[in-house]
Amino acid sequence: MSELTRLTIAEARDALAAKKFTAEELAGAHIKAMEATRDLNAFVTETPEIAIERAKESDARRAKGNVAGGMDGIPTAVKDLFCTEGVQTTASSHILEGFIPTYESTVSMNLRKAGSVMLGKTNMDEFAMGSANITSYFGPVKNPWKLNDGKDRVPGGSSGGSAAAVAARAAMCATGSDTGGSIRQPAAFCGLVGLKPTYGRCSRWGMVAFASSLDQAGPMTRSVRDSAIMLQAMVSYDPKDSTMANEPIPDFEAALKGNIKGLKIGIPKEYRIDGMSKETETLWQIGIDWLKAAGAEPVEVSLPHTKDALATYYIVAPAEASSNLQRYDGVRYGLRVDADDLTDMYEKTRAAGFGREVRRRIMIGTYVLSAGYYDAYYVKAQKVRALIAREFAEAFKKADVLLTPTAPFPAFALGEKMDDPLQMYINDVFTVPASLAGLPAMSVPAGLSADGLPLGLHLIGKPFDEETLLRTSLAIEQAANFTTLPQLLRAGS
Amino acid sequence: MTYSIQGKTGDWEVVIGLEVHAQVTSDAKLFSGAATEFGAEPNTQVSLVDAAMPGMLPVINAKCVEQAVRTGLGLNAKINLTSVFERKNYFYPDLPFGYQISQFLHPVVGEGIVALDMPDGTVREVGVERLHLEQDAGKSLHDQNPHKTYIDLNRAGVALMEIVSKPDLRSPEEAGAYLRKMRTILRYLGTCDGNMEQGSMRCDVNVSVRKAGEGLRTRCEIKNVNSVRFVMQAIEIEAERQIDLYEGGGKVVQETRLYDPDKGETRSMRSKEEAHDYRYFPDPDLLPLVLDQAYVDALKAKLPELPDVKKARFMSAYGLSLADAAQLSGEREIAEYFETVAQGRDPKLAANWTINELGAVLNKRGLSITESPVSADHLGNLIGLIMDNTISSKIAKDVFEVMLETGEDPAKIVESKGLKQITDTGAIEAAVDQAIADNPTQAEQYRSGDQKVTGWFVGQIMKATGGKANPKMVNELLRKKLGS
Amino acid sequence: MKFKELCVLALDTDTVRRIARLARIRVPDDELPTLADELSRIMDWIEQLNAVDTSNIEPMTSVADIRLPQREDKVSDGNAPEKVLANAPDRQGNFFAVPKVVE
Repeated sequence: MSELTRLTIAEARDALAAKKFTAEELAGAHIKAMEATRDLNAFVTETPEIAIERAKESDARRAKGNVAGGMDGIPTAVKDLFCTEGVQTTASSHILEGFIPTYESTVSMNLRKAGSVMLGKTNMDEFAMGSANITSYFGPVKNPWKLNDGKDRVPGGSSGGSAAAVAARAAMCATGSDTGGSIRQPAAFCGLVGLKPTYGRCSRWGMVAFASSLDQAGPMTRSVRDSAIMLQAMVSYDPKDSTMANEPIPDFEAALKGNIKGLKIGIPKEYRIDGMSKETETLWQIGIDWLKAAGAEPVEVSLPHTKDALATYYIVAPAEASSNLQRYDGVRYGLRVDADDLTDMYEKTRAAGFGREVRRRIMIGTYVLSAGYYDAYYVKAQKVRALIAREFAEAFKKADVLLTPTAPFPAFALGEKMDDPLQMYINDVFTVPASLAGLPAMSVPAGLSADGLPLGLHLIGKPFDEETLLRTSLAIEQAANFTTLPQLLRAGS
Repeated sequence: MTYSIQGKTGDWEVVIGLEVHAQVTSDAKLFSGAATEFGAEPNTQVSLVDAAMPGMLPVINAKCVEQAVRTGLGLNAKINLTSVFERKNYFYPDLPFGYQISQFLHPVVGEGIVALDMPDGTVREVGVERLHLEQDAGKSLHDQNPHKTYIDLNRAGVALMEIVSKPDLRSPEEAGAYLRKMRTILRYLGTCDGNMEQGSMRCDVNVSVRKAGEGLRTRCEIKNVNSVRFVMQAIEIEAERQIDLYEGGGKVVQETRLYDPDKGETRSMRSKEEAHDYRYFPDPDLLPLVLDQAYVDALKAKLPELPDVKKARFMSAYGLSLADAAQLSGEREIAEYFETVAQGRDPKLAANWTINELGAVLNKRGLSITESPVSADHLGNLIGLIMDNTISSKIAKDVFEVMLETGEDPAKIVESKGLKQITDTGAIEAAVDQAIADNPTQAEQYRSGDQKVTGWFVGQIMKATGGKANPKMVNELLRKKLGS
Repeated sequence: MKFKELCVLALDTDTVRRIARLARIRVPDDELPTLADELSRIMDWIEQLNAVDTSNIEPMTSVADIRLPQREDKVSDGNAPEKVLANAPDRQGNFFAVPKVVE
């Protein structure tokens, strides 16, 4: 492993500024790492030519003194649900295999304008539906964190490819998208920092939709500072997304200055659920102690409908998805299975094009919206969702930020828990409530499980207060001092 | 005058409700920046949004909202300050998203009223149930290839207003009058061009029949009827079909039907009907549409004078008959033309010339008022010439013929052709004297009591003066001379 | 008869067939029972929401606390059939083509 791939964005930025190496060298080192870690299956499409070209452009800008910002020259992986002009975009679905967008998503365009160097498109759960990156048409992704039992671990999902790539030092950072935990849970499983901004902070334009009222893009990085730098480059007010707030955009890195003295840390008592691993519970307490030591004040808060969030999510998200995915009909792009009759063509195309989990969720979504069930399921779920959002608003009268675990247990072995969708859905139990309420939330690596797998702590902030979220995360990062490398890298280097 | 259809078991009443789909007049589409113009090359007026590419999102066009609200105000309807866009989910190749963005539970406009002037002089008020905004679909072409259907998305995403009437209509004539009135109102407002041939106004017709005093029976919906005449025909044919069914011991099933004007029948569209469950839910890509009362009030203040108000004013201010006022206010352009003609002139004469003389020519030539070969200013001038006795009404008609050909100012025509009326008493007296002297027999006839011969003399004198003698003066002088 | 078949499923095979048809996803008949069982277990689990008291609660419309933005009526897009048709599985001239639809 090259020294260059070990750097954080902040370190690389400073070194590039000091002309210690070029963006092209940095890109080259990452392309090599990307090739060396192909066994992880983290990328659906590698774009080394684009990376070298953009790195050269970055070097040229730097030579003229026109550096575009902190992300200029930074090797970045892009989740394969951001549409990229001229580069295949599949959302890891057979139905979009070979689809080459003629446009660039706002988020990936922002990163491009900020000078970031795209290495490739990362593997993910098909249409972001999953928590282990096992539903991809292009095969599962392996977590670079391994144990000595010979079994591969899942990287979490749905942004599993992004998480694996960043953890394996094949990319310095990656975009993720989070609908119910798809940035935060894989970040926790792979020992990374994953931030889901407030709903409406990042534009959804050009991002393949899963559930429109929940989807939100965010950065996946190896440090809190990097998270701030990358988020800065991703956000912009985009009039093409009608659900975006035209909120002022703060200087996120500047928010890391200062301390958290006097900050009220809400501890939601309902997050102590059955089935949470002992070490997860212990780590949570340690996290509380760290923040206390940094001058913050823990306060107990109550979110009574936490237990209903998952069921609510599994009505709302499939309902929206069933409608969002109606466009994949084999008419204008993507897979078509030929047939003489139109209905036949639709049914065969969609049966062949969608994987099992996607088909399952489309069916659930179609069912809960169908005549006679709409009020009982969809409207009911939106009411519970309103209750959940209201409870968060109450909690934030007492607290500035909330602290919980990110996931109830660490990364499990590939092949486990796969037969039972309900077992799989439990992964998102701590991340889903913030998604339903549209709140910013973040996972920070905080320690290792007894057998040596990363565990994350989860912070939830007030709407559009990513600054407090980042500052609090930094306090955890500093206290945790999480420096362990994934086994893959320890063995290989 | 109640319309009814006589069946074997007695008289049947027809109950009709209309759903008008009116294309909103706007430059760009409802949720994308692509153009709306009619007749463009296939798939050229299509944005990535209209093609439902992955990740594309809708952004609403302010003008379309404004047009819907203005139409609501024009229909005297309640404007809902909060309305919601929902997705209507179904698969069809010309529906790229697999859903139509429409308004279902919460339309932007609620109940309103349309007043119809019936031929017998009565006014019928018809209720409007609602008006909502929605997207149009693309076009499927079935005749380009024997094995394939071609899809053109130019229309996909164009804004439509769906205006739903209450089941208040009771005859094909009322339905026709409603459609014509609706078109008039939309055109006055400039919110839809009302062009049924190009499909910018389409109509679904709900028809049921019943015996007097009954509640509503099962209705059928006849989809996409594209002219007023066809709507009227379709209603009659469908009503008769339903009556035959009932009287034959059968039942009417609620379904969607198609009107075939060539065969003169309605046909079931069961194939499209199959398993419809639209799974409406609020579109999560859009928030509820919230309007301010002040915004609505401002649009209301700027609304043009609408046909009913204009008609009443034409009657009170100009003293026109109901029929004339209704006809002149039927189209905004005609009303404007008329008011220009009538400016400072006898309004009845102006109405008469606009409706009868000009109207006949336009009808014959198939022209609209805006294509009139005679401008309103010139027609006004012509009436001015009649009123100040420069020319007679009869000469005016000749002048009008020339105006139709040349488009010239009537004063110029009168001048150059020497058509100015002779009002000089001496000249007319000479012509009268001459006529009497030349025709002693007829003069004697008059004197012996046959007054009818006067007309004959007038004709002679007019002929002698090239029609230019003032007929009133000729009459007066003739009676004086013959009587002496 | 297996125990599973004795249980009343939230979704029977007819319902699953209907839903699959609505969603235009072909499900072979022999897969319907398994799918019905899977979906039923998910729906049974979702039923827990019935216990939540939501009287007097308005369903959430959006977490975004803003007014729906409106854009100006300007032609700013289109005129790019190549971009629109670039990925078409069956392009005929400047049209998308599908198997003949019988009206």
